[in-house]
Amino acid sequence: MTPLLEVADLAVRFGPVRAVDGVSLRVDRGPFGLGLVGESGSGKSTIGRAVLHLVGTAGGQIRFEGADVATLRGRALKAYRRAAQIVFQDPDNSLDPRMRIAASVAEPLVAHRLLARRAAAGRAAELLAEVGLDPGFAARYPHQLSGGQRQRAAIARALSVQPRLLVLDEPTSALDVKAQARILALIAQLRAGRKLSYLLITHNLGIVSELCEQTAVLYLGRIVESGPTSALLGAPAHPYTQALRSAVPEVHVAARTTRIILPGEPPDAASPPPGCVFHPRCPLAIDRCRAEVPALRSPGPGSPGRLVACHRAEEMLAGLNPAAQR
Amino acid sequence: MSAMRLQITGLEVSFGQRKVVQLAELGLAEAEIVGLAGDSGSGKSMTTLAVLGLAHTVGATVRGSIRLGGTELTTLPARDWRNVRGRRIAAIFQSPAMAFSPVFRVGSVVHRALRLHGMTRAEAGDAAARAMRQVLLSPGLLHRYPSQLSGGQLQRVAIALALALRAEVLLADEPTSALDVTVQAEVLELLRELRDRDGMSVLFISHDLAVVAELCDRVAIMQDGRIVEQGPTSQVVTAPTSPYTAELLAAVPRLRAGGAP
Amino acid sequence: MIEAPSPLPPAAAVLPAGRALRRGLRANPLLLAGAATSALIVLAALLAPLLASFPADAGTATHPFLVLHAPSARHWFGTDNVGRDVYSRVLYGARVSPLIAVIVLVIACVIGIPLGVAAGYFGGWLDEAIMRVTDIFLAFPPLLLALALAAVLPTSLTSVVIAVSVTWWPWYTRLIRGQAASVAGRPYIESCRALGLSRLRIIARHVLPNSLTPLIVQVSLDVGGVILTVSALSFLGLGAQDPTPDWGLMVAEGQNYFTTAWWVVTFPGLAILVTAFAFTLLGDGLRDLLDPRRDFGR
Repeated sequence: MTPLLEVADLAVRFGPVRAVDGVSLRVDRGPFGLGLVGESGSGKSTIGRAVLHLVGTAGGQIRFEGADVATLRGRALKAYRRAAQIVFQDPDNSLDPRMRIAASVAEPLVAHRLLARRAAAGRAAELLAEVGLDPGFAARYPHQLSGGQRQRAAIARALSVQPRLLVLDEPTSALDVKAQARILALIAQLRAGRKLSYLLITHNLGIVSELCEQTAVLYLGRIVESGPTSALLGAPAHPYTQALRSAVPEVHVAARTTRIILPGEPPDAASPPPGCVFHPRCPLAIDRCRAEVPALRSPGPGSPGRLVACHRAEEMLAGLNPAAQR
Repeated sequence: MSAMRLQITGLEVSFGQRKVVQLAELGLAEAEIVGLAGDSGSGKSMTTLAVLGLAHTVGATVRGSIRLGGTELTTLPARDWRNVRGRRIAAIFQSPAMAFSPVFRVGSVVHRALRLHGMTRAEAGDAAARAMRQVLLSPGLLHRYPSQLSGGQLQRVAIALALALRAEVLLADEPTSALDVTVQAEVLELLRELRDRDGMSVLFISHDLAVVAELCDRVAIMQDGRIVEQGPTSQVVTAPTSPYTAELLAAVPRLRAGGAP
Repeated sequence: MIEAPSPLPPAAAVLPAGRALRRGLRANPLLLAGAATSALIVLAALLAPLLASFPADAGTATHPFLVLHAPSARHWFGTDNVGRDVYSRVLYGARVSPLIAVIVLVIACVIGIPLGVAAGYFGGWLDEAIMRVTDIFLAFPPLLLALALAAVLPTSLTSVVIAVSVTWWPWYTRLIRGQAASVAGRPYIESCRALGLSRLRIIARHVLPNSLTPLIVQVSLDVGGVILTVSALSFLGLGAQDPTPDWGLMVAEGQNYFTTAWWVVTFPGLAILVTAFAFTLLGDGLRDLLDPRRDFGR
């Protein structure tokens, strides 16, 4: 069976900046979650926007249910617009401030003539109930809701067109911990109830470990490591994944690992360093890393489904600890 | 109790009849990091404003006692605040970019603050450079504009300023919530180091119990303006007595290596 | 939980109706004052033939023996340099000056808003093209440009209206463009695009209503300015000509007698001031009323 979404060798440029460079991803039919993990400047949000055709691509292919998204026109493009949807990070600006919540949720249905205005209103109420918003919120304006409630309304709006793929761009990073937990529970519930597939973009490895089967870690627009989430988090094969993992704050002492502090700042994406882009900050960098770009490859037969772009991946998997190197 | 650098007793912050903070007791000793954790709306931010003597600017009234060393802050006249705010109590906030005017080099902001608090030009230069090294930044970064520094670097410059002024207390209001995880880890590491090496006292305000648990010696959990639980961090997070604390702990996404959904 | 779906409230920015409107007005005394004053001006214009003590003075009549009489019981606002009743002329002026201002501003908005929204929303070469054209217009002193245009066109009030409108729209294009460009980058607009909504819908329902607020305020502030600009052209002999009771023209002509007969300038001047002020209040109030973030004691 063809996967729901297949991204091959995607490139996105903003002037001289290679925001996304040669990224390949695969999202299976739902219920399924792919986590896209990286820090600011890693290109993770740009990938989400490129998948939805919101930014132009400079190369590569995006296939949805086997069809090349770039060639879609007219009816087929409209159908794709309904099949793939996005929820943004900033709940303050993801709904039109001048529209009541119910109107925002019903708008896509009315605009696409999927339902008559009356029926759309009823459907909006159902959607609001599905995302756990009290019907009383229907007549309110966005500013009268809390951040978490607004994010629910934005999810309801995205769900109105019955998408099969949802791009969730940092959906909880602007919320406090309790609101975040409730939104994550909602995503898990929608995943089961709607057999939804999603691309979950985040910098929080904890969220990925709760909601995604597969995870790809991005650094400076490139995938440095991907694979089944549990294997990737259990034994990172790339020193950057290891550093990210060690940076996640843990409540309990027992769960903490030795913290790896990365020196310096991520390099400028307009002029990436030669060799491995991570080498200036990598605690394991050797001469080879400074000269030769590591290919994304399987780290060995013992790690099925995993890919890593590091010359020293085998050593990492064999138990080389970057923290001990410093 | 008199050894406390900052001692809050019976603090009440209210808007008219509505009391938004009712804080019985909270102390901060030398070389100690105390966490104040809770949801949005729990009264954390109003407590911050009260300690900085700024609660009246949002129309709130403050009762009770906040003592900084031997100084009572709640009754401090406005002209004396100049020697307290920014000098004896330094503050860092969620968005470091907001703390620096984009048209000035960060160094000129730091220098002006130091000169304002009575240093000569040469002293200010020395103190700024030394403090930059203390927060592991090159003093050369002082010549840059805020837009040329990353969020993590700016936050460290703000901490450096607090160091240069030899602030007795650092008030840190969600200082890492807007930062990337690896940068957050750096800033937390730095605060820990300053506590151990320079004896800095930090009141660390956050909604994220995981961050608080990693950093703080003691923690106070706030709900609806009151402290519902207080104690050594390890004790609070392993055996919470308040259901609210348990709820906050449960909300932290756990990194489960074996956990596919 | 879903047994009674509430009826869909109207979309986009519309004036609140019924109770909400009344609540809005009560919470907004300035708007009420502006509306009341504007209504008075309209009433004065409509009822001028009934209210004016000397209706003929608004026309061609002259009275050589009543020149520059001070205000009295007979002539409340005095008489002008050809003996006409200033009170009657100010009343009839309500039919001319505010109407000209409104027409000019409507034309400026009709040209300026679509261009500004298009430039701001689409960006790219369209933005460049539109903004360079507005730059050309803005490069000339507005009065000079209007003067040149009015001089080329036949001498009439219509020509002046056209001339002033042409100098006025580029400011609105600029204002709207900045707003529209900022709104176009917000996530809710991106979400509309991701949902495959038509451009027309996105612009009409989302970009435009969210960009309009500063324009409404600017337009209402401009009413006085337009009246004065039109009067300047009239003064130079290009617009309204003498018997027309245009307030601006009356001020311009009365200036020569200001030291000896202050009333000739003062009363039409006050009429301009009151009109400009009323529209400013109206604009301010309208902005508040249109902003859903204002809670009218909900």
